[in-house]
Amino acid sequence: MEAILFYVFAAGVLGASAQVVLRRNPIYGAVSLVGAFFFLAGIYLLLSAPLIAILQVMIYAGAVMVLFVFVIMLLNLKEEELGEPKWTFWKGAGLVAVIAGTGILVWKALGPAYPGAPAIDNAVRMAGTGFGGVKAVGRTLYLASVLPFEVTSLLLLVAIVAAVVVAKGKI
Amino acid sequence: MDFFHAHQAQHYLVLAALLFALGAAGVVLRRNAIIILMSIELMLNAVNLTFLAFARFPLVPNSPMGSFLHGHTAVFFVIATAAAEAAVGLAIIIAVFRSRTTVHVDEFDSLRF
Repeated sequence: MEAILFYVFAAGVLGASAQVVLRRNPIYGAVSLVGAFFFLAGIYLLLSAPLIAILQVMIYAGAVMVLFVFVIMLLNLKEEELGEPKWTFWKGAGLVAVIAGTGILVWKALGPAYPGAPAIDNAVRMAGTGFGGVKAVGRTLYLASVLPFEVTSLLLLVAIVAAVVVAKGKI
Repeated sequence: MDFFHAHQAQHYLVLAALLFALGAAGVVLRRNAIIILMSIELMLNAVNLTFLAFARFPLVPNSPMGSFLHGHTAVFFVIATAAAEAAVGLAIIIAVFRSRTTVHVDEFDSLRF
């Protein structure tokens, strides 16, 4: 069951991501990217990371992609302003070759890293500890990386100020 | 070949590698600045997937850092950084579009406007 779900979600992720790279108009790419993020949230659930899956849907598919769609609509690009060269055969062939080559290379390289024996599965080993849940991740976050967490809030503040200053032009 | 049977770390890691390659190809092949930013988001998500795959299927039975959930916290930080990066990147695109009226990265060939 898990394997079937994995292949369904993986096909969804790769198909939607390919739309992002191949589509000429960025609005189609943005909507496909939202779909890809939803499929990725499903993959994260399969990896027993429910908190990250919810964060993925809320922050990526919700906040970040709304920002992208908003900017695309704000710029309101005309067809001739997209300025994208046409796809040639060799570009497509290179794309397919690079992606397939990467996949085969990683698959072959990972074989020796996980030899025959069943792999260590933390979702099974730590089934009683709420692995990946809000409480467990929160404990790790606040016990081990409090300083990076606080610095992240500072980073977001700097990003907000920088975005306003850069985009506004004249303060 | 346990291609269709096992539910293992390799599957997730290969998916992450494919996703990263796709994002990198988007950055290299496309000329639209917005699509380049979206491809960067794809690459960041591939890295997140790798973190989570190693958090569930670690290579060693005992974590040297005490907990296997550090991968999850790393993903948390990556998501926060990606949100900040998207905001600043889109602001830069708007600022450049205002002076050049294009998002075609080949046109951005000088450091001053």
